[in-house]
Amino acid sequence: MKIYLKLTFLFFIISSLILSRAIAAGEQQELLKVDWSFKSFFGKFDRASLQRGYQVYTEVCASCHSLKHLSYRNLAEKGGPEFTELEAKAIASNFEVTDGPNSDGEMFERPAKLSDKFVMPYSNVQEAIAANGGAYPPDMSVLVKARKGGANYIYSVLMGYDDPPAGMELDDGVYYNKYMYGNKIKMSSPLDDDIVEYADGTKATVDQMAKDVTTFLQWTAEPHLETRHKLGFRVIIYLSVLTILVYFSMKKIWSRIETKV
Amino acid sequence: MSDHEYTPKSKVGKWFNDRLPLLTLANHLTDYPTPKNLNYWWTFGGILTFCLITQIITGIVLGMHYVAHADLAFQSVEHIMRDVNYGWLIRYVHANGASMFFLAVYIHIFRSLYYGSYKSPREVIWIIGMLIYFLMMATAFMGYVLPWGQMSFWGATVITNLFSAIPLVGESITNWLWGGYSVDNPTLTRFFSLHYLFPFLILGLVVLHIWALHVPGNNNPIGIDIKKPSKDTVPFHPYIVIKDAFALLIFLLIFAFFVFFSPNILGHADNYIEANPLVTPAHIVPEWYLLPFYAILRSVPDKLLGVIAMFAAIFVLVILPWLDTSKVRSTVFRPIYKQFYWFLVADVLILGYVGAMPAEGLYLLIARVATAYYFAHFLIILPFLGMKEKTTPLPLSITEPVLGGSADMAMAKNNLDFKEKL
Repeated sequence: MKIYLKLTFLFFIISSLILSRAIAAGEQQELLKVDWSFKSFFGKFDRASLQRGYQVYTEVCASCHSLKHLSYRNLAEKGGPEFTELEAKAIASNFEVTDGPNSDGEMFERPAKLSDKFVMPYSNVQEAIAANGGAYPPDMSVLVKARKGGANYIYSVLMGYDDPPAGMELDDGVYYNKYMYGNKIKMSSPLDDDIVEYADGTKATVDQMAKDVTTFLQWTAEPHLETRHKLGFRVIIYLSVLTILVYFSMKKIWSRIETKV
Repeated sequence: MSDHEYTPKSKVGKWFNDRLPLLTLANHLTDYPTPKNLNYWWTFGGILTFCLITQIITGIVLGMHYVAHADLAFQSVEHIMRDVNYGWLIRYVHANGASMFFLAVYIHIFRSLYYGSYKSPREVIWIIGMLIYFLMMATAFMGYVLPWGQMSFWGATVITNLFSAIPLVGESITNWLWGGYSVDNPTLTRFFSLHYLFPFLILGLVVLHIWALHVPGNNNPIGIDIKKPSKDTVPFHPYIVIKDAFALLIFLLIFAFFVFFSPNILGHADNYIEANPLVTPAHIVPEWYLLPFYAILRSVPDKLLGVIAMFAAIFVLVILPWLDTSKVRSTVFRPIYKQFYWFLVADVLILGYVGAMPAEGLYLLIARVATAYYFAHFLIILPFLGMKEKTTPLPLSITEPVLGGSADMAMAKNNLDFKEKL
C-alpha cells in the first residue's frame, strides 16, 4: 500500500503548487463567492436564470460588448437557455445583418437568421474604443474563462462598484471597483435595480441581474458544460469498474508465480 | 537479443516471417524477460507511450479543424470548442494531455535518477530519453502558441527573443525564426508545421528508446545485473502488460478528472484573450512544466548567460551517466546519495515555484540559490559522492538472500514493499 501513499504525496505536492500559484497571483481583494448551480460534479445551468441572463445581456451589455463566437441558433440548443426554435428565430429577426452580394452584385440588409453570428455592436475595434473613452469593451464570448476567478470574478466586478477610498483621485470617466485589477474601471456601474423587467416576474435587483448575466456568460464560455459533466461522470464510473476488474486480473495472473519475491 | 530461436507454427506465418520477421519481433516483445521486482514507478514507460499516441490522435483531429492564421486561429479554436462534434472533448484531452504527458515524463525521469537506470550499460537509452524530453518541450511550447491567445503570443515573444542574446548573429537568427521582424503570422504557420512534425520525430526516438532498452534489458529497484531469463524474470506478457494496464487506468482516472471537471485549471486565463501585440500581460509565465527552466533562465542577471544556464541545465542531464561516478545503481544501497536525491527533488520543485513568481526580491534570491544548488548537485556532489560514499552490500540476485548482514534490512524491506505492491 506504500505506493498509494507515495502517489498521494505526489498529488499533494502538485495540487499545493497549483494552489500556491493561484494564491500568489491573486494580489487583489478576495472575490465574492456564489454557490453556482453549474459548479460541482453534477453541475447544471439554471435554465430560467440563463434566459433572464440573456435578457440582461441584450438590454444592458450588448450595446457595448459583443458575443462574436455565438450564433442565434445556440440560444435554442440543448444545455443552453433552451429558448424554443420559434423564440430564437424571433430574437434573431430583431437584428439586421448585411448579406450579399446578390445577383446584381449589391450588398443588402436582411433580418438575422438562426445560422447568423450574434450581431456586433461596433463594426471594428477602433470604433468600439473611440465610442468608449479609449477603453475597449472586451468580447464576452469566453470572458468567464479569460479572467482568473471565472464566474466569481465577473459577479464580483458587477457588485464591486463603490465610492473610492479617501485620497484616491479618479479621472473623468474612470470608476472605482473593489475587485477590478488596479481598482479602476472605465465602465460605469451597468446595473441598477429594475433596469430590466423580467418576464417571469423575478424581481430585478442588482444582485439578481448580476447572478443571471454571470450564469449566462458562463454558458457562452462553456456551451457544452452540461454534456461535459454528464459524460465525465460516466467516464469516471466506467474507468473505475475497469480498474477494479483489471486489478483482480492482475492479482490472479501474478499469483501464478510461486515465489512472490 | 538473447531470445531463443522462434519459428511460427503456421506455414503462412513461417513464409512471411522468413521474408519479414515481424512475428519474431512480436514474439520477442511478448516473451521479453522482465525483472519480476519492478515496482509501479516502472509503469510510466507504458503510460508515456499511451500519452504520445493520445496526443498524436487528438492532434490530427484538431488539425482538421484548426486554421493556422493569425487572424483566424483563435476563432477556429472557438469553432472547435462550440461547433465541432465533441470538439471540446478532443481539445481538452489534447491540452490537458500535454500536462499529463509531462507529469508522467517527470516521474519517469526521477525514477531513473533514483534507481540509477542511466548508468552503464544503459547510457544510450538515457541520452535518447533526454532527446525525447527536449523535443517534448519544444513541441509543447509551439503547441501552446497555436491558439493565438495572449499567453501564446507573449510566451512566443519571450522565448524566441532568447536567441537574440547570441552574440553577432542573434538578431538575424531571431528574425529568421520569426519569418519577419516580430512574432506574427509567419511565426504561427511555421510553429504549426513543426508542431505537427515533432511528435513523429518523438515517435521515432521512442522506438529507438525501447530498442535500446531491449538490448541490456530493464534495470530494477535493486539495480543489480540479473540473468535473463531466470527465476528473477517474468515474461513481459502477461505479467507486465496487466500491471502496466492497471497503472494506466489509475493514471486515466486522474486524467479524466482534469478533462471533465477542471479542464482549464492547468492553463492560464490570459490565453482566452485573443493575442494583441499592443497589450503586454502583467506576468508572462510559461506552462507549469517549463517553470524550473524558466526560473534558471531568469536567475542569471545576464541574458546570454541566462540562456546558456538554461540549456546547460538540460545538458548536465545528458552527460549524467559520466557525472555520477558511483558503480552502484540503486539508491537503496546509497544512504548518502538518497538524501541528496530528495534535496534535488525539493530543489526542482522550488525552482518550479519561483518560476511562476515575479523575478524580484526574495523570489529572485531563492531562484539563484536553487539554480546554484541544481548545478552543484550534478557537477560537484555526484562526481565526489560516487568516489567517497560507502554503499551497503548488494544482494546477489533478486530471489537469493544477500551475503553479509547489513543489506538484509534493505533486502527485507524491498521484499516487503514488493509484496505489498502485488
